Amino acid sequence: MLQKLYDWVDERLDITPIWRDIADHEVPEHVNPAHHFSAFVYCFGGLTFFVTVIQVLSGMFLTMYYVPDIENAWHSVQYLQSQVAHGQIVRGMHHWGASVVIVMIFLHTLRVFFQGAYKKPRELNWIVGVLLFFVMFGLGFTGYLLPWDNKAFFATQVGLEIAESVPVIGTDIKTLLAGDPDIVGAQTLTRFFAIHVFFLPAALFGLMALHFIMIRRQGISGPL
Amino acid sequence: MHRGKGMKFVGDSRVQDKEQRNTIPKDYSEYPGRTEAFWPNYLLKEWLVGAVFLIGFLCYVAVTPVSLEQQADPNNAAYIPLPDWYFLFLYELLKYEFAAAEYIVIGTVGIPGLAFGALLLAPFLDTKPGRRPSQRPIATGMMLIGVLATIWLTYESVVAVDWETREEYSVDNMVEHEVDETHPGYEVYAQNCMSCHGGVLEGEPGLGPDLLDLPHTADTIAEISVEGIGDMPAGMFDGTDEELQQLANFIVENTDTDDGEGGDEDTEE
Ligand code: HEM
Repeated sequence: MLQKLYDWVDERLDITPIWRDIADHEVPEHVNPAHHFSAFVYCFGGLTFFVTVIQVLSGMFLTMYYVPDIENAWHSVQYLQSQVAHGQIVRGMHHWGASVVIVMIFLHTLRVFFQGAYKKPRELNWIVGVLLFFVMFGLGFTGYLLPWDNKAFFATQVGLEIAESVPVIGTDIKTLLAGDPDIVGAQTLTRFFAIHVFFLPAALFGLMALHFIMIRRQGISGPL
Repeated sequence: MHRGKGMKFVGDSRVQDKEQRNTIPKDYSEYPGRTEAFWPNYLLKEWLVGAVFLIGFLCYVAVTPVSLEQQADPNNAAYIPLPDWYFLFLYELLKYEFAAAEYIVIGTVGIPGLAFGALLLAPFLDTKPGRRPSQRPIATGMMLIGVLATIWLTYESVVAVDWETREEYSVDNMVEHEVDETHPGYEVYAQNCMSCHGGVLEGEPGLGPDLLDLPHTADTIAEISVEGIGDMPAGMFDGTDEELQQLANFIVENTDTDDGEGGDEDTEE
């Protein structure tokens, strides 16, 4: 039955090559923890991806309650975590997941770095990787403001002052992010929300797609 | 691949007819060592690891509720900003003299720019083919210094934070209290005491305790405002005797909370 369905689609769309690109590939001995325990270092990239999926899913559920305006943002978070069934868990997953993803991406970077896996022919993938790192930091920075509590507000104020200290374009960067050269307020919250849920995830998905396509093309780097 | 004359397609599409497709699966037999297929062999083991990881993560989430602090109050001048932990290294860096005040650009753009710029361009800075860390001592050394510096800065920053005081900012410790703002003593309170004891007598973490459910009489309160008590210095009140009386009355009349709780810190000092 399933085979028939597959054949029916395959006849029309020739999906077998796509399927092969995604799932039909080899796992060499040196990256397989079943053969060499130390190969667990190769798991960090996959775990980063796994936690990113958790972030996307929990974030989608958070937006079902979150209201991005300064009157209601804090109350909506407070309501979510005290009144909504499992709201505490969903917020907890997104909050702690943000930390775990940073830890994982850091470990993944160290693995790639100390194995010299960024060398020819993988230079481009390393660059994409570092950009992914920046996007993750950006997500952490913009997400921190969203609950609109004191911690959020004052950390963002400092963060924006840091952006402002950039020579020449500092004030423009700050205005672009905060919506105003001086005030951290209503505009800032809506902008951070837009950046956190639309702009940066779009960049993240695009870069991750590039990352994975390149890995599949080149295969994992050989043993040291 | 089939080319040129004789190609057949599915209908009027550009998809090749099934008969002509290359259907030979990939062959791993040429790969060295104990190579195994990702699908389904390896994936079956991989999802087990994923499941264990997920369970561990969910257990942690379930026992560690996320804190929410009180709603943002842009006028709160006493609040000490704190970013999420993974930005602490940058905060700490900006505390060093060579990276602060007039040198702030060094701390915000210079040092991080160099470090992350070098990270971004690593493949072009370290171009020799040798991949082992021992074959590229400069790259390895720089990375080690970078990682250790980041860990050190983060550590320094974490130990400098007074986590107990920060705990008081949490909504769990939020006091829901109202005061009579039309009371003649309210203005006096606002000018003399509010900065440390909060807008509604709820206290300010790290500055002053709350003034809820005080056991004192108006006279004692007037005396404390002038002479101080514990860590509170003398001479905080500045005004006429009449204002002092109004202030003391305001506090006495507004100190009671409905549930009779609160005021837990007053007795400490
Ligand atoms: C969202 C973030 C990221 C995800 C989901 C991700 C995922 C992955 C995965 C699944 C692999 C396969 C091998 C492995 O798991 O170790 C990989 C390889 C690689 N990653 Fe990432 N990665 C991310 C970020 C980064 C970063 C920050 C860097 C570097 C700064 C980087 C550089 C590389 C390179 C160069 C490879 C090829 C390594 C080799 O062939 O040995 N990635 N990535």
